Amino acid sequence: MMGIDPVTLIVALIGASTPILLAAIGELVVEKSGVLNLGVEGMMIVGAVSGFIIAINTGSPWLGFAAGAVGGAGLSLIFALLTQYLLSNQVATGLALTLFGLGLSSLMGEAYTGINPPLTPDLFPQALRDIPVAGPILFGHDLVIYLSVLLVAGVWYALRHTRMGLILRAVGESHDAAHALGYKVIRIRICAILFGGACAGLGGAYLSLVRVPSWTEGMTAGAGWIALAIVVFASWKPWRALIGAYLFGGIAALQLRLQAAEINIPVMFLDMSPYLVTIIVLVIISSDRGRAALNAPAALGKVFHASG
Amino acid sequence: MKPNLTYLAGAALALGLAAPAIAQDEPLQVGFVYVGSIGDLGWTYEHDQSRLAVEEHFGDAVETTYVENVPEGADAERVMTQMVLNGADLIFTTSFGYMDATNAVAARFPEVYFEHATGYRRDHPNVSTYSARFYEGRAVIGHIAGHMTESNIVGYIASYPIPEVIRGINSAYLHAREVNPDVEFRVVWVYTWFDPAQEADAAQALIDQGADVIMQHTDSTAPMTVAAEAEVVAFGQASDMEQFAPFPRVASIIDNWAPYYIARTQAVMDGTWESVDTWDGIAPGMVELGEFSERIPEDVRASAQALADSIADGSYHPFTGPINRQDGTVWLVEGEVADDGTLAGMDFYVEGITGEIPN
Repeated sequence: MMGIDPVTLIVALIGASTPILLAAIGELVVEKSGVLNLGVEGMMIVGAVSGFIIAINTGSPWLGFAAGAVGGAGLSLIFALLTQYLLSNQVATGLALTLFGLGLSSLMGEAYTGINPPLTPDLFPQALRDIPVAGPILFGHDLVIYLSVLLVAGVWYALRHTRMGLILRAVGESHDAAHALGYKVIRIRICAILFGGACAGLGGAYLSLVRVPSWTEGMTAGAGWIALAIVVFASWKPWRALIGAYLFGGIAALQLRLQAAEINIPVMFLDMSPYLVTIIVLVIISSDRGRAALNAPAALGKVFHASG
Repeated sequence: MKPNLTYLAGAALALGLAAPAIAQDEPLQVGFVYVGSIGDLGWTYEHDQSRLAVEEHFGDAVETTYVENVPEGADAERVMTQMVLNGADLIFTTSFGYMDATNAVAARFPEVYFEHATGYRRDHPNVSTYSARFYEGRAVIGHIAGHMTESNIVGYIASYPIPEVIRGINSAYLHAREVNPDVEFRVVWVYTWFDPAQEADAAQALIDQGADVIMQHTDSTAPMTVAAEAEVVAFGQASDMEQFAPFPRVASIIDNWAPYYIARTQAVMDGTWESVDTWDGIAPGMVELGEFSERIPEDVRASAQALADSIADGSYHPFTGPINRQDGTVWLVEGEVADDGTLAGMDFYVEGITGEIPN
């Protein structure tokens, strides 16, 4: 029986986690502003196909990633207009956005199945990557992976230490109070929604340009829903979202390796465990005292209408 | 998503209302229900290619419709019913999970013919079942895999622990071991037919564990892209996946449903259709082998072709004894050939495979 090489496991888990981490950190900002966008899956897959199309046609993975972000943000703009100006129900609109995104992406990507995208280069030179253990783990990735970690740090810093973050949180906690203070609640929320869409789209593009890498219909296969669960799991804290995403990705990567190494543990249970944790967190959150303790934005999912 | 269905719904309605008198000249309506998208380049893609072959063969005498991405469950029943109401005379339902829905709808519309892929229930005289002996193709690629591996570890991405998949693993293993007694199979169960990211991860996990040959029983080309990057051998599944030839794709198993679909459509036209159970292999062309790449040594290409030929002409059966079960008990004695009943319900590994089938 062969053991499992921890280095390749860690490398694999970072790669596997990055799409959901990107989507989760974007959704975290959206929810911090008091908006619940359940369309993450739809924005991811539109990002995946937009990024793929542009990368194929330009030959540049970087333009592809940019296009993925733009595609995701574009789709989220529909959600923003519907929920912020037309005051539609956020849950229903978000679900519809996912269905719309899945359909739209298969239409857009019809001519792009079975093609290989341009290769995304690793950031650091081979010499650094050849350092035992630390090389592959710290230096063996592409730019997007480092960007995702920087994004987590940036969101954490912005939410905690900047005026902009304070305003965003105020809008998410009590939109009426923020409005009374003169902040443009709707404008701020739309910016947050667009940011969330861009992050989800970038995550999708990472899936189609690096992880798989090719375009196939429905390729996100539920990653967007996991990202939503991670936001709750992380109780709206950026660094916890990073841990949550790596935990989800790590368990997925680990269970495949346990099978490949023929170590007989019931993989079903391992597969279930992150979802079980999420359910437990959701149960705790549904009691009011727990909700406050867990940091949920007080105005999450509530419609804002500036009356009077 | 379903443009031609909508279009034909209108067309069928118009025909039905306006022209009952010219019923003799109406084209035969053939419907197809797909579990995946026609762009998956695997299972559903091949079914759709065969649908197009039916259209080409019969020209104006036949009109076809299809609906993709139909979930296995109550929704499938709705889709099939809608097809019947739109005038379908013959419906192919192309996934195992449509079994109950197919039989339920068939009961309500006895004048419509139903063909269910990979199932075994024919509750009504208007239901047939059909499948392919994919294990014959697996024997050939197992033979190639046994020759090609240098690490002696073959990675196998399996979908669900059902007889069809287990049969494939056994067949591939037996024929790999025949040419390479040291070969080991590592099986990873991904519990999906189609999830490119998960399939890619599984391929990477197997390669990280030392596999230098990857086989898959899932529908996407994602394991191929991983194999290409890691420079390990892989095989096309369900479809040729020729865009990855000559390497990493060195050979492939192709499902060719066209001859069957054409024959069954013809049978409805001739009024000779009856309920049958078809399980065809390499000989009638339902299972095809993609071109062997030049990356396979010439003598191996020849021996693989000889194996395929011997299966096709009936002189050799991939499950010929002596074969023991994994626990060491005798399954087939010297020269004994497996019967179709045991193969159809196969729920055990053969001796030599080290993993366990999850339950």
